[in-house]
Amino acid sequence: MEFAQLLLGGISGGCVYGLVALGFVLIYKATESVNFAQGDLMMLGAFFTLQFVNAAYWGLPFWLGLAMAVVVMAVIGYAMEALIIRRLFGQPQFAVVILTIAIGFVLRFLAGFIWGHEPLTLETPFAGQNLSIMGLAISVDEVFVLGTTVVLTLALYLFFAKTRLGVAMQASSQNQLAAYYMGVPVKRIHGLVWAISGGIATIAGILFASRGSIDPNLGLLGIKAFAAAVIGGFGSLPGALLGGLIVGLVEPFSGRYMPAGYSQIMPYAIMLVVLVIRPNGLFAQVQSKKV
Amino acid sequence: MSLLVAENLTKYFGGVRAVDDVSFEVNEGEVFTIVGPNGAGKSTIFNLISRFYDTSNGKIVMDGKDITRIRPDEVITHGIARTFQNIELFDHSTVLANLLVGRHSRRRSNILQSLLFLPSVRAEERQHRLAVEEVIEFLDLHAYRDKMIAGLPYGVRKVVEIGRALACGPKLLLLDEPASGLSVEETQDVAYWIEDMQKDMGLTILMVEHDMSLVNQVSSRVMAMADGKTIATGSPAEVQAHPKVIEAYLGIEEAA
Amino acid sequence: MRFQQKTAYDDDINLYEDRYQAFWYIALVGVAAALPFLVSSYFLGEVVNVLILAIAGMGLMVLAGHTGQASLGHAAFLACGAYMEAWLNNKGVPFLISFPVAGLFAGVVGVLIAIPALKMSGIYLAIATLAVGIVAEDVIVLLEPYTGGIGGTFVNAINLFGVEIDRYANPSAFYWLCLGVAVVVALGYANLLRSATGRAFVAIRDSEVSARAMGINIARTKMMAFFLSCFVTGLSGALMAHFLGAFNYEAFLITVSIQLLLMIVVGGMGSIHGAFFGAMVIGFLPQIITLIRQQVSMTAVPGLDTGVFAVILVAIIIIEPLGLYGQWIKTRIWWQLFPMARRDMFRRQKSYLKTERMR
Repeated sequence: MEFAQLLLGGISGGCVYGLVALGFVLIYKATESVNFAQGDLMMLGAFFTLQFVNAAYWGLPFWLGLAMAVVVMAVIGYAMEALIIRRLFGQPQFAVVILTIAIGFVLRFLAGFIWGHEPLTLETPFAGQNLSIMGLAISVDEVFVLGTTVVLTLALYLFFAKTRLGVAMQASSQNQLAAYYMGVPVKRIHGLVWAISGGIATIAGILFASRGSIDPNLGLLGIKAFAAAVIGGFGSLPGALLGGLIVGLVEPFSGRYMPAGYSQIMPYAIMLVVLVIRPNGLFAQVQSKKV
Repeated sequence: MSLLVAENLTKYFGGVRAVDDVSFEVNEGEVFTIVGPNGAGKSTIFNLISRFYDTSNGKIVMDGKDITRIRPDEVITHGIARTFQNIELFDHSTVLANLLVGRHSRRRSNILQSLLFLPSVRAEERQHRLAVEEVIEFLDLHAYRDKMIAGLPYGVRKVVEIGRALACGPKLLLLDEPASGLSVEETQDVAYWIEDMQKDMGLTILMVEHDMSLVNQVSSRVMAMADGKTIATGSPAEVQAHPKVIEAYLGIEEAA
Repeated sequence: MRFQQKTAYDDDINLYEDRYQAFWYIALVGVAAALPFLVSSYFLGEVVNVLILAIAGMGLMVLAGHTGQASLGHAAFLACGAYMEAWLNNKGVPFLISFPVAGLFAGVVGVLIAIPALKMSGIYLAIATLAVGIVAEDVIVLLEPYTGGIGGTFVNAINLFGVEIDRYANPSAFYWLCLGVAVVVALGYANLLRSATGRAFVAIRDSEVSARAMGINIARTKMMAFFLSCFVTGLSGALMAHFLGAFNYEAFLITVSIQLLLMIVVGGMGSIHGAFFGAMVIGFLPQIITLIRQQVSMTAVPGLDTGVFAVILVAIIIIEPLGLYGQWIKTRIWWQLFPMARRDMFRRQKSYLKTERMR
């Protein structure tokens, strides 16, 4: 019984990591830059939802607030790309890494400035409600987390596999110049990818907030999602989700069955092992250069 | 007397035989050119000699020593230096610094001496500079000595590639398409330099090249390849007249 | 504009371009050495902080700026140096021994981490080192017998040739110690860059393939870079231990690692100057912000320093990828050519992203 509870908690925690990791991978796949601010986007999304939904703030209906937050964050994601990231077009990956780290710092500061540094709780319609299935106490927000993740992943998969735009995004990731010549609007696509991952980050933030409280340092959770993305290979959307689940499951189980102090290390330890065995990720895309 | 001997050189990539049982000898002091259509395995041979790839089968002997299994960074210590077809220079350094890296295999001071920059290190640096200046003089790179590679025109970078390989004072120079992308005048310069390197410096040159006028002008012997196999070896005129070579280039089917 | 007529190879080999430049460097060190007589001991403490950061910055610069191996976990090596120094110090080992040992320890740990990291490149190396930095926080706590766990540890004053060196009791002596280490490290670094090993580092950064063809042993050279980098960072950590007096794992959080990297980017990647410029920005920015806040009588805003720093960083990356040092050089050229300088001289070339999935 305890095992099943740990399993359930791990899976729903893993879904949150998986969604943040999905945001990383999405941007990496399409623009080949790594967004170190993804965790902070998630934090900001959660705070926006809180602003719209909580009674102490605007007090809008939950689903309306959620939709508004997703839209606002998509706009912010697009604006980040259009106003800042785009200026580094063609610069080495490393410059974008540093830039997004810095943007993350700025976002964290702004959130602290607006909403304060005290932990806040998002008011969700299903807080505290439990379903009882076969003796297992399942909280409704865990079901919410699971359901949302599955739907979102499916939608993204279909988008990339079936739509013209999705295929164009893949093309622009392989060779920007060639894609540009083929009439793919590379810049607009980059903006769109950032907008989508801003939206995904918001949903991840809401899912996280439905399970606990949020504060501006929530963005550091993004680092754990990194571990998830790397374990999943960094180039594959289902891989990111799988990595998220692994990280999510390892945490509660190592916390339960290992000496104190080791459970925080475990996700990173697994990631390091993965990196040592496969230096370029599980589903590596790096090929050796031809000379 | 042969300087480099390749015996039954074979390289598979998965099921593909990129180089299939190729043998050749490069004699001391000659310009030996490998020609062939794209995908014939020319660059693979270069990468096998510079040990970027492991040979699947066969043997490479340089100056009497078997180098088939040495580390890639040891190749240059056997007197083999190479250039790259798609220019692999150190973009954020000056031409001078690039050429000095070419001298890396000749360094004698260790890291501790370098950190203290003992007089012996300074003396060594002067020697490296002297050697590099000779290369700069030879290739006429004075104007670009202190310029960053990143801002240089393609033709100059191509020459710096040759210079960097020359700087270490090799016995055998591997030139991977030295004239690709160059103008007619620049190609002519390269031809003169190759002749000078061969005649005045006594270098042996192994070259891969597509430009047949350059090949004809400088080569002592030519080896033609197609689909990983040798199809003809001999003087430039002989090889060009060889029916199999014409077939490989024009793609005439045997049945026709 | 001054034109430099080079007449000997030594003109290129020397550390300075010409006599004017040599004069300015010597003058700078002279002023720095006289600083304790010129400023308050509070300000001196801030300068010491900058020096310690600059030493750590130089350590990271060797690796990230010159060898192209970005590390997002360098606070781990800072911690290695600091805790080793504290441990030896408390065992009564004299500073002259404990200080280099602290550096060596960090260097050896660096090499041990480098061995599996050799095959990683670009983003994967950054993430792996990030993980090392995070794991280090927890390892410090777990190694309680040596590190004092969450409670932390402390160091005693340094005794060097009978002189008591302590941050509070004898601030000028501690300042001179840090200045001395910074100058020695900077000199060693400059020497490295003008020798074969330094060129090999840069070669690996720009093209591993041709570096290998030129006879550079990639694995060994990268390990050397890791060792030197972590050694210097460890020295900085040892000094930091004495600067802090008492400290725990919170001095080496992952945010410290990230800040170190951001610091050298602001200063200017690939230059020794960059480490110093960056350390000055990080060290003095809080003071400047406090000063401005007092002027406009604004209440304290938590996290304002980091926020402002991050905004500056974003601006610098977009406007001037070579950091403050790049801007410094441009300004110098502009004045030397005054009034002939043109905007176009500094225009960047348009570039397209080449995929980094090919290595």
